[in-house]
Amino acid sequence: MPGKLIRFSILLLLLQVSVLAADTEREWSSRRGVYKISFEAELDPIEINKIHAWVLSVRTSSGAPVTTAEISVLGGMPLHDHGMPTRPRVTEYLGEGRYRLEGMRFHMNGRWEVSVTVKADGIVDTAVIALDL
Amino acid sequence: MSAARKKNGKTLVVVLAIAALAAGVWQIRPLSPAPWTDAEIEILRSLWIASLPPLAPDPTNAVADNPRAAKLGQQLFFDTRMSANGAVSCASCHQPARRFTDGLPKGQGISSSKRNTRSIVGVAYSPWLYWDGRKDSLWSQALAPLEDPNEHGSDRVKVVELVTQSPEYREEYKILFGAFDPAEDDAIDSALANVGKAIAAFERLLMPSPSRFDDYVAALLDGDEDAQAAALTTDEILGLQLFIGEASCTQCHNGPLLTNNEFHNTGVISFPGEVPDKGRVAGVREVLADPFNCSGIYSDNAAADCTELEYARTGSELIGAFRTPSLRNLENTEPYMHKGQFNTIAETLRHYNEALPAMIGHNEAKPLGLSSRQLRQIEAFLGSLAAPPAPQIL
Repeated sequence: MPGKLIRFSILLLLLQVSVLAADTEREWSSRRGVYKISFEAELDPIEINKIHAWVLSVRTSSGAPVTTAEISVLGGMPLHDHGMPTRPRVTEYLGEGRYRLEGMRFHMNGRWEVSVTVKADGIVDTAVIALDL
Repeated sequence: MSAARKKNGKTLVVVLAIAALAAGVWQIRPLSPAPWTDAEIEILRSLWIASLPPLAPDPTNAVADNPRAAKLGQQLFFDTRMSANGAVSCASCHQPARRFTDGLPKGQGISSSKRNTRSIVGVAYSPWLYWDGRKDSLWSQALAPLEDPNEHGSDRVKVVELVTQSPEYREEYKILFGAFDPAEDDAIDSALANVGKAIAAFERLLMPSPSRFDDYVAALLDGDEDAQAAALTTDEILGLQLFIGEASCTQCHNGPLLTNNEFHNTGVISFPGEVPDKGRVAGVREVLADPFNCSGIYSDNAAADCTELEYARTGSELIGAFRTPSLRNLENTEPYMHKGQFNTIAETLRHYNEALPAMIGHNEAKPLGLSSRQLRQIEAFLGSLAAPPAPQIL
């Protein structure tokens, strides 16, 4: 019985840690681990039905800024099987691996996935940013 | 029968009587205290009319918020001379008494238009106009029916002549836009755009009034249980719970106007005898190519922020997708959907409850599996979004 209780407590602790991590750690590794992506939304918190811009930061897995990335962004709602209402694109390189991404808009509440595909020095990899709006 | 059993029997009768009475009270008294979680209260607040932000300026229309232009726009809105047969005005289809709709499956001008007449109350908040979003501003939208052979059936030369030359409009036009000079480049098209801009200034004033639902949210946020009870019935509250919960209506019908003004394919069947309507996939192509769009030369601010147009999405996913309508003031606005396919709200709710595969594209909606009682409760709630007619116009 005490063993069960301890296991349960550990599980609870782990759950809390993972929730905290999801809340504060806003960096996503690309699928093959080549890039690390983070973003800052111009609209914070993000609200539905408002078009706004993001600043994407792209780094290599070792933390060096990626300065020559070609970036494409596709978003969608897996549950509803549809994409974003807009077609966002990178409009400006801001230096230090940071890129301005314009035309972001979400039009429904729920789980969104924003796929950020980065190509730099011929290496392509995609990170998926999950958002609950 | 023993004394003990008799006593038990009596107790049972009393218990049943109390239960019946309680059930009766529960039926007539709204749920008290209100059954909402904090997260749900935030959703209700987001749907509340008091959460509607001030209307953003329209830099593409220099007279968008000019009362003089609105007054001219109102006159033009009701003027049947802007039609080929002298009998059709904007108000022929957008009838104020019917919340600016017409009660027909498809608008009826010179002849039958292609789609259902949408309400224009609160439409100034939408980045897109029409069911398929083929226009991106109120002023640009106002131009299209004038030359549509099925609607006003007029042409821009005649419309411009009326507005710039007739005694009742000539001076107003001159004050607002300067004297009309036919020798100028693009004189007719620029003046036509001005006609749209005056009509848009009028349409920007058409806003919904607070409904019983809004009174309920105000009372809920105030913690005033009596006012909550006065605002909504139990069935309406249960319908509201479904609306923001299990029925997923707020996926698209969100914000204070209960629309995201976006495009969704929800598998609505085609109009009898017609091939399925392509909807947004065609509309987005039209708006991008429209000389009267936000980034065109008739916009009053060349540097205007045309972000919505610039980042508009195209592609096959928009096949059969139509713009979400507002759910405020549904009464007296039937039939519903882009070609008036459904005569009643009940029929529309059954459509969403079943969510059958779409004829073209794919139906984004999923079957809800709600009972007929639950559907009636949602319908009851939708009735609470009715409000007094739009305020007296100018």
